[in-house]
Amino acid sequence: MLHTVNKSSFERNSLQSCLNIIDDTSVILLIEDGVISAANNANSPMLADLATQGRVYALQGDVDARGISSKVADNIKLVDYAGFVDLVVEHGTAVSWV
Amino acid sequence: MKFSIQINEGPYQHQASDSAYQFAKAAIAAGHEIFRVFFYHDGVNNASRFTMPPQDDRNVVNQWAELGIKNADGEPELVVCIAAALRRGMLDESEAKKNGIEGNNIHPAFRISGLGQLIEAGIQSDRLVVFGD
Repeated sequence: MLHTVNKSSFERNSLQSCLNIIDDTSVILLIEDGVISAANNANSPMLADLATQGRVYALQGDVDARGISSKVADNIKLVDYAGFVDLVVEHGTAVSWV
Repeated sequence: MKFSIQINEGPYQHQASDSAYQFAKAAIAAGHEIFRVFFYHDGVNNASRFTMPPQDDRNVVNQWAELGIKNADGEPELVVCIAAALRRGMLDESEAKKNGIEGNNIHPAFRISGLGQLIEAGIQSDRLVVFGD
């Protein structure tokens, strides 16, 4: 399953809600303001743990638009929209956390 | 693969429609099919043919229209939820006539229909991706 999160964890608790229920095979893609949570000083321990397993992605364009490219945590993978499409294809059902 | 997209937010106030458009474009470029885009809640405002952004800004409505998402019969598959549209003053020709109102504002690349079209999109498509709140 692919979980997209489009709100900063400073604004809503949707990322935390997602982290609380995510199973062992699903991945998270941070989009829109959700990419704020990809910054190395905004990371939650749970998100960091998933990231070390290579299961956290962030949308490059949204990261760049918010000026945090140099702050993205090392093991969070950046994808473009083509990569977003590939993640949806690969991981089946897409759940949007808002 | 067959994709459908649901958009719940209007243009220029939320990133949802822009994100969905970029996603749709990338999916088409990768050889996938967009079966239907369903505009729900404030997302119905993406279908206004009266949208006139400044010349140096993107025209979200025309961008969607130019993707030319249609079915085999040539009908647009940019589908606007009828209940969400009518309560926000979004009318096509037939709904305007039915309600005794002069004029209509749904862009011809879009069509008004019911929520069943969203359910059908979910059934007929391999993937349904939701944008907006």
